[in-house]
Amino acid sequence: MALKLKGVLYKYFEEDLGNKSPSLLKYNPIHKKIPVLVHNGKPILESLVILEYIDETWQGYPLLPKDPRERAMARFWAKFIDEMCLKSIWKASWSDEKERVKAVRETSELLQFLDKELEQKRFFGGETIGFLDIVANIIGFWLGALEEASGVELWTRQKFPNLSNWANEFVSSSIIKESLPPRDKLAAHLRNRYGSAEVSK
Amino acid sequence: MADEVSLLDFWPSMFGMRVRVTLAEKGIKYEYKEEDLRHKSDLLLKMNPVHKKIPVLIHNGKSVCESLVIVQYIDEVWKDKSPLLPSDPYQRAQARFWADFIDKKIYEPGRKLWATKGEEQGAAKKEFLDIFKILEGELGDKPYFGGETFGFVDVSLITFYCWFYVYETFGKFSFEAECPKILPWAKRCIQKESVAKTLPDQKKVYEFVLEMKKMFGLD
Repeated sequence: MALKLKGVLYKYFEEDLGNKSPSLLKYNPIHKKIPVLVHNGKPILESLVILEYIDETWQGYPLLPKDPRERAMARFWAKFIDEMCLKSIWKASWSDEKERVKAVRETSELLQFLDKELEQKRFFGGETIGFLDIVANIIGFWLGALEEASGVELWTRQKFPNLSNWANEFVSSSIIKESLPPRDKLAAHLRNRYGSAEVSK
Repeated sequence: MADEVSLLDFWPSMFGMRVRVTLAEKGIKYEYKEEDLRHKSDLLLKMNPVHKKIPVLIHNGKSVCESLVIVQYIDEVWKDKSPLLPSDPYQRAQARFWADFIDKKIYEPGRKLWATKGEEQGAAKKEFLDIFKILEGELGDKPYFGGETFGFVDVSLITFYCWFYVYETFGKFSFEAECPKILPWAKRCIQKESVAKTLPDQKKVYEFVLEMKKMFGLD
């Protein structure tokens, strides 16, 4: 998404995570994970680090705000989403009955913070899509696919009106749409990979 | 208009120390407020409603939370003195990667070294030492992680140094034997006034941990 917003041409290499390529293991020996951006032969790792690198290397469309405090807030919320929300959402989607109730409640509390953050804003980035909107893709796009795959309802329009509006706008934006896989394809993939007979509907 | 800077912190926190070292490096005057983490102040709860944790920097009434976010913020606002992040985007990405690695990987196994026993402690010790060996590899023969000068990654890691006696004593190992390059690096960082004046004595931290173990029945 970030590379498209900046208008950077790039080659995309699909990794089979069950059978990682020698390139991946060479460029990311420590974590052995994707994504890995390779720019002029040098690897950059960790999605949030990559986003900042892209923003600093290619001028044009700014991903992060200019003001230091706004940048700090964007980084704070990015960490919140990446470290707390993702964990909670995952637990809520795939845990057994007992753990799930607690995880769903926890996810709801976390989403409340983000819903509040969007008050009077069209996007997390303000009038245009930015760094935090891209990071929040886990909520804007993935949450719907996860709900479809796991059958666990995690949010409603009534409970999170700002987040719902944002998600719709974000996912329908043309550049973002180009970068995302079709939702049902993602849902099917998630269901196959993580769904099990224990997850009751 | 003079800047008003205050820091909500807890003296043994290696995360809070990162901010204190950074403020000292930049020569910024600030008000230090010690938090009792068992009775968090209204100010802390108001300034960090999401995590309710220290450190919290309050700059002209507005809060910034999460130690590495705060360090970057300070580096960007007070950019004319002692820059901590390099100017080249690739070097900056490397620095952010390693700081993030340190941030995520050390604390939990470190905590288990003094808070657990038996198998759990054994597993934590292996994980802890593996991580430091990776960091040793990254440091290589450089004087600092940042290269020739003290930087962002050094700040992220050095604050664990005052916990080394705790880790070594409970984990029953020595950094000198296991990761020989780490101690000379740490001693080099301690030469800096900002670090020397910020980090508490290792024995004081050890006594604090003994108290905590007693309080939480972890003896």
